[in-house]
Amino acid sequence: MIPEIGHFALILALCLALVLASVPAWGAWRGNSVAMALAPSLAVGLLVFVGISFGCLATAFLQDDFTVALVASHSNTLLPPMYKFSAVWGNHEGSLVLWALILAMWTAAVAIFSSQLPLLVLSRVLSVMGAIAVGFLSFSLLTSNPFARLLPGAPADGADLNPLLQDPGLIIHPPLLYMGYVGFSVAFAFAIAALLGGRLDASWARWSRPWTNIAWAFLSLGIMLGSWWAYYELGWGGWWFWDPVENASFMPWLAGTALVHSLAATEKRGLFKSWTVLLAIFAFSLSLLGTFLVRSGVLTSVHAFAVDPERGMFVLVFLALVVGGSLTLYALRAPAVSSRVSFDWVSRESLLLCNNVVFLVAALTVLFGTMFPLIVDALGMGKVSVGPPYFNAVFVPLMALLVPVMGLGPVSRWKRDSLSRWRGELLIPTVVAVLCGITLPALHAPYNIWVALAVLLSSWLLLGLLKDFWQRLRNASTTAGGLRRLTPGYCGMVIAHLGFAACVIGIVATSQYSVEHDLKMDPGDSRELAGYDFRFIEVVQVRGPNFVADEARFEVTRDGVPVASMSPQKRRYLASGSVMTEAAIDAGLFRDLYVAMGEPVGESGAWAMRLHYKPMVRWMWLGAILMALGAFTAAADKRYRRQRTAAPAANKAALHGA
Amino acid sequence: MHPVRKQRLYLVLFIALFSSIAVGLVVYALRGNINLFYPPAEVAAGKAPTGQPIRVGGMVLEDSLQRAPDSLAIRFKLTDYEAAVDVVYVGILPDLFAEGQGAVASGVLNEEGVLEATEILAKHDENYMPPEVTHALENSAYDEKGNAK
Repeated sequence: MIPEIGHFALILALCLALVLASVPAWGAWRGNSVAMALAPSLAVGLLVFVGISFGCLATAFLQDDFTVALVASHSNTLLPPMYKFSAVWGNHEGSLVLWALILAMWTAAVAIFSSQLPLLVLSRVLSVMGAIAVGFLSFSLLTSNPFARLLPGAPADGADLNPLLQDPGLIIHPPLLYMGYVGFSVAFAFAIAALLGGRLDASWARWSRPWTNIAWAFLSLGIMLGSWWAYYELGWGGWWFWDPVENASFMPWLAGTALVHSLAATEKRGLFKSWTVLLAIFAFSLSLLGTFLVRSGVLTSVHAFAVDPERGMFVLVFLALVVGGSLTLYALRAPAVSSRVSFDWVSRESLLLCNNVVFLVAALTVLFGTMFPLIVDALGMGKVSVGPPYFNAVFVPLMALLVPVMGLGPVSRWKRDSLSRWRGELLIPTVVAVLCGITLPALHAPYNIWVALAVLLSSWLLLGLLKDFWQRLRNASTTAGGLRRLTPGYCGMVIAHLGFAACVIGIVATSQYSVEHDLKMDPGDSRELAGYDFRFIEVVQVRGPNFVADEARFEVTRDGVPVASMSPQKRRYLASGSVMTEAAIDAGLFRDLYVAMGEPVGESGAWAMRLHYKPMVRWMWLGAILMALGAFTAAADKRYRRQRTAAPAANKAALHGA
Repeated sequence: MHPVRKQRLYLVLFIALFSSIAVGLVVYALRGNINLFYPPAEVAAGKAPTGQPIRVGGMVLEDSLQRAPDSLAIRFKLTDYEAAVDVVYVGILPDLFAEGQGAVASGVLNEEGVLEATEILAKHDENYMPPEVTHALENSAYDEKGNAK
């Protein structure tokens, strides 16, 4: 009964989404304020029904209702309850319901927290989001019904969740990632609403900015968790593979980063308006493209669930409609909204422009590398794959070009600045950064030129921020007063840029300094790795809730002092019989020790072992967390919520404008 | 020239310059870093180049897996049941690598026609077959169990 309620709620949600997509949009077109005023309640109703549907699906999973095909193929009675819950989105059908739920949450959030928006704009925004919901809900209902029953002939027990997905990281990774992906739909909806209305001004950018920041922050966290999960769960010690699906989440992030910065210029200076709109369209289209790549199974990847051409075709058509439709609208309306504000070449505007060009080019090169195998295959020229060397060769120089500009950004001024002022401001930071770049890598022998470069760039970035920060405090009469005057927007920028610097250091240091050994070890053997002594004591049998495992016991010492005891496992899951490696990690701010088991070698009890020493790998994830934190802080800025009093007037003006 | 136009001109020049740098990087990076996929039958027929990175995928032939007694070196055969290719690899195999299952090896083909693999990919769950392996088997007269179609 419960699955049928869920199915019915999903159908009702689709009906509501259809009404939301059409009636308020019609109202906005005709100036019918009754129709427009329906939008917020429809948005909340959409959330309620998608929520009921999601709840029913989760209940079916938690109650082991194996008459539901999805539950039978992705869950098991032995599965711990929290994995039963996360199994809801550990599959194609369920992850679509999650997607729809998060879209409904964003839509309802816009409806609830945008009371200062003119009704005309709000109804257009919600209508666009309703149209997107129509696309995804019909995708779910028409091609991948999550509530399909297996009657008669329901199995006594389920086939179990893929062991790789039985992990705490995977409980929160997909929801966070989807929050980011889907969050760009808000920026997209604002952009489309602005194009429809032909009114693109600073207030538009001010409405759109906090939503974009929050979406971007969630996407950063989601990507970071994915990378962290791959690191400890896949058992190879890698943290980024340029896997097509990683790229699928990374491309919207790159476009979103450009968008966040371009919105800053649009809000503060009324510049790059049509460009910002284009970026918003671009970021959301890349999110949809990501969905297409993941869901259609055209790419080989850990994330590809089932291969089904019908589903691929549906997403492709939807993608074509969204991208084609929005670009057509853009072509028709963009000339009406373009700005005529001039700026000097030596100014913050041109630095932001550099940022935009770098991030957009980066997104395009990643897009090209991801799509190239598909294009070659479609042309019948064979099956190729584009590996990490391509992406590294393109991506690393681009980011190296970016950081010098990032260091200049905070100290620069809008509209017009001068090179001599920059020279005066940044002389000391430059000297200190060069000194850091030369001296700090010497702490770790042998001297590494890439790490030196990374330290130089990051300390340049850091010192530029510090210099500006110090100046702001000095200009105030008291330090406390100066601190109070700092806006959340500014603090967010500082935190996010610090995060980026930490990320650069972490990525370069761990790539350059990592020591990895794959070797055969007998119990009792001892190996030295980067000054740490790994002693393999024994292998014991252990039993978990739904698996049995061989667990190796390691004692790690450094100069005779115990550092850690580590116990990696080789698990065999009972329901599916699949084997999985569970790495043991001793984490630290400056180094991780990593041990994973391979397979037994020979008859003597020896095992193939993977021993890694990974310096500063945590900095990368900490950096990503800081970036997200910065974006959240910036979104909390009061200026985004201040125009409540001005709203009625703007409302009226907007109505007349339409 | 009008200052606004001049600015636009510089903007266009800047973007053009930057994109050509990017395109240059892309072409340079692509040259050495794409590797083509070959089914075992084509490798055996001598259609695959030696000395440059390629990928070969198929089923791991039953009873072909040999391990060195004192190192992590292994040797096995990948087959599409038309022909088989010897693969050597040193390192740890993926969890789901097994005889009679699909796998993709990437590496360099040496003069003896043995693939010196640097990376082995296996399927990642029970019901999943790497698309390349599916493709290789489609062109073969045998199915994944080795029975004639």
